[in-house]
Amino acid sequence: MTSPALATLLRQPTGRLDLLPYAALLDLSFERVGEELQLVMPFAETLIGSPGRLHGGSIGGLLELAGLLTVIAAQPEGEALPRVRPVTVTVDFMREGACLETRAVASITKLGRRVVNVHAQAWQGSRDKPIAAAHINFVLDWPER
Amino acid sequence: MSEFADQVSQFMGPFVGRVPHNKQLGLRFIANGNNWVELQLPYAPHLLVDPDHGIWASGPIITLMDTCVGMASMLTRGAFEPHATLDLRTDYVRSPKAEATVTARGECYRMTRQIAFVRGLAHDGDPADPIAHVTGTFMFAASKLAGGWQ
Repeated sequence: MTSPALATLLRQPTGRLDLLPYAALLDLSFERVGEELQLVMPFAETLIGSPGRLHGGSIGGLLELAGLLTVIAAQPEGEALPRVRPVTVTVDFMREGACLETRAVASITKLGRRVVNVHAQAWQGSRDKPIAAAHINFVLDWPER
Repeated sequence: MSEFADQVSQFMGPFVGRVPHNKQLGLRFIANGNNWVELQLPYAPHLLVDPDHGIWASGPIITLMDTCVGMASMLTRGAFEPHATLDLRTDYVRSPKAEATVTARGECYRMTRQIAFVRGLAHDGDPADPIAHVTGTFMFAASKLAGGWQ
């Protein structure tokens, strides 16, 4: 991942996330919906964890990427970008993941220079019935000046 | 080892790597005891989120650990009962070494009528120097331990 290329990509209205190999594996794309960055994970047989259900790990992975990309998109334009890494990721599973498209968004609770606190949510069909949510603390490593 | 734990090693162990999403990532079963499970996830380029810096995505580690502690809770339950992850917290202590195989070890340390309490760690060669710690809970629908549905 070259962060500037990714930051440029995320300013588009929509696109695929093949710059990130794991996102390519999950066949992820994004859509800008208003101020929000929505991640889209189409259903695929390879996402299944038990009969008729998505693997919790694939949903967790989607939530983490929604958080990561929201943090990258929130960085000021034209400046050097930090390396963003999750330090703690807590996922709550509310409903089972059906064999359907899953969407995820993240909101930043606090955007610090070193730590960013994020809340991410995933749903299928109806947004007011989330299937999983995550609380993630990211640490930013800034390039040497 | 209990009879159930033997059954898990023989039948469920080899099946873990054939679960579609586990197979997609390359996850494999190593060993189990009465209340613990060891799984492995060998390095593969598609597990990375940042290939320039060799940084693993979080998702594959979550999948590995969720599978590992989920199996550990089933072992402790002593029966193939339906269960679901309630929550799972992962602390990333440090990054894995480049192109390392990640080994997960998970155990269930407490089983109640409905809830399994689990913990585990992931390491890249030395369990005393882990890359991640997890804690979590699983929910069992049936209350077999209390002798029926409640």
